Amino acid sequence: MKNKLDRFAVPYVVWMAIFVVAPILLMVVYAFTTEGGGFTLANFADLGEYLPVFTRSFKLAIVATLICLLMGYPMAYLMAKEGVRFQRVAMALIMLPMWMNFLLRTYSWMSILENNGLLNQFFRAIGLLDALGVDYIPLIRTQGAVVLGMVYNYLPFMILPIYSVIVKLDSSLLEAARDLGANSFGVFRKVIFPLSLPGILSGVTMVFVPSVSTFAISRLLGGGEELMLGDLIEQQFLGGAYDPYLGAAIAMVMMVIVVVCMVVMNHFGEGEEEAVLL
Amino acid sequence: MSKELIRLSDCVVKFDDEIILDHLNLYINDKEFLTLLGPSGCGKTTTLRIIGGFLSPTSGDVFFDGQRCNDVPPHKRQVNTVFQKYALFPHLNVFENVAFGLRIAKVPDGEVTQRVMEMLEVVNLKGFERRPISALSGGQQQRVAIARALVNRPKVLLLDEPLGALDMRLRKDMQSELKRIQQELEITFVYVTHDQEEALAMSDTVVVMDGGLIQQIGTPEDIYNEPKNAFVADFIGESNILDGIMRADGVVEIFNRRFQCLDGGFAKDEPVDVVIRPEDVDIVPETEGQLRGTVTQVTFKGVHYDTIVDFYGFKWLIQTTDYCPVDSRIGIKIDPDGIHVMKKSAYSGMFGDYSSYSEEYDEIGDASLAPDEEGSGDEE
Repeated sequence: MKNKLDRFAVPYVVWMAIFVVAPILLMVVYAFTTEGGGFTLANFADLGEYLPVFTRSFKLAIVATLICLLMGYPMAYLMAKEGVRFQRVAMALIMLPMWMNFLLRTYSWMSILENNGLLNQFFRAIGLLDALGVDYIPLIRTQGAVVLGMVYNYLPFMILPIYSVIVKLDSSLLEAARDLGANSFGVFRKVIFPLSLPGILSGVTMVFVPSVSTFAISRLLGGGEELMLGDLIEQQFLGGAYDPYLGAAIAMVMMVIVVVCMVVMNHFGEGEEEAVLL
Repeated sequence: MSKELIRLSDCVVKFDDEIILDHLNLYINDKEFLTLLGPSGCGKTTTLRIIGGFLSPTSGDVFFDGQRCNDVPPHKRQVNTVFQKYALFPHLNVFENVAFGLRIAKVPDGEVTQRVMEMLEVVNLKGFERRPISALSGGQQQRVAIARALVNRPKVLLLDEPLGALDMRLRKDMQSELKRIQQELEITFVYVTHDQEEALAMSDTVVVMDGGLIQQIGTPEDIYNEPKNAFVADFIGESNILDGIMRADGVVEIFNRRFQCLDGGFAKDEPVDVVIRPEDVDIVPETEGQLRGTVTQVTFKGVHYDTIVDFYGFKWLIQTTDYCPVDSRIGIKIDPDGIHVMKKSAYSGMFGDYSSYSEEYDEIGDASLAPDEEGSGDEE
């Protein structure tokens, strides 16, 4: 610590070194090693056969992120425009599920989506299933269920950053836009939306990254049939396919792709100083 | 210079139970430079927001060019505003900020470029088109805000303390700049300020406001020379405000001495407020004076000395080029046109003499250094 680093920064530097830098290094080392400990690129050569998993993971994560954005933006916008009391209540309602255990929440979706779950029981009760001549509508173990799980779990991470950007917008900017001839839609399109881009960027990041790497949601709601990257990696470390070297390689490739995605996205928000790059 | 463009008729604005504007009547002529002048909380910004369409009066009517426009939203008015803190769009560069209104109006690209460049030239910002807003100084941002409003060729430009955040030097420059632009483009300016010097220097018409009421409307000369009441006299420039009694037309009694003046039309023996501007007093040897007093304080101001003189316990401010040492006895003479007589009003007696002179001057100094503090939208 001979440079000008503040001594109060030392604990954080140590923390990051141990818990951020070291694991990443470990992952990189593993990705390039054979079982015996020698250097190899074979782990990457094998990745080709997992291409469908990669595309499925990214596809589902992108879909979930888009749905979160489409649902979250209007919600965040309305919240920011309403009075303080509405904001407080809405904020509490958004945060409330996050105080419950993540697995518990996802399990409860299982009981709703099950072939014999709440929804199908409801469909049966109103005679929909008989009308269609089926025993149940397949809801669980579909890609839709996985996306639903992602949206449900990660929507707050889209709403909150967008909300906090919009609520901080200087109202005189909106008045200025109206003064210059913009109607409500014009004010939104020309001022509010571009100025909320930093919030969108961080919301997208915060939804996309956990979505693309999730394994619990896809396991529980996808029923193991919609294998995603997270599941694949998990199998290499804990599952029957034990191969941590391959797992590290997959994780590394995934990380590189995510980082590239984020860099490209941040490029769109260029000029917005608050844009979030991880 | 004579056609009426805007009329506020009997406008009342209330927030909860607080009266912000109290039955305001005001008309504004085409191509006029009109200033709404008053301390913070006087209702001047509220008046401006009514004209801009950001606020509807609780009762009363607003007319624009003869048409009632109470319910016309801001974006449909031929009025543009220069906001107090500029309100420039941080995500757009200088060019796009100025072009904002034209883009909304779907003006063809070629014309946008031409009009924006023209306007940037008017405000002396040529060559700054591609700069981001954050790279501009306060004065430059100010000019962008003016260009952004004017490029739409509004009939009226509203300016809400536009120079409030600039330093002294820059304000003086911008004052003459604004006046030049107004005359060049022949646009009606409605200007809000709490700075009386600014108001006097720029305006065709000054509207002095306090407590949601118009105290006086007139040319800068009228307002300064013929204030209607003690508030206007005190707010505009320095003034010695004394109790007097009107003994006859052209004769006013102050401190039991009769003075000649030019005012008339008062009842005999009516108590009045008398205003004597510090520069209208001539210092003469004690024996020749109409009043005699003792100098208690002298401050060198460059052009003149601010001399505080005690007349029978009432301290006057006299601005003179003659140096009179402290504790010397002097006499003064006042020409009839140096005396201005006003009817008694609710403000009578509220503004004392100059015993606390130095503090008052400090306050004024502070106000011009940190004007933001005082006028920052606290009128709502």
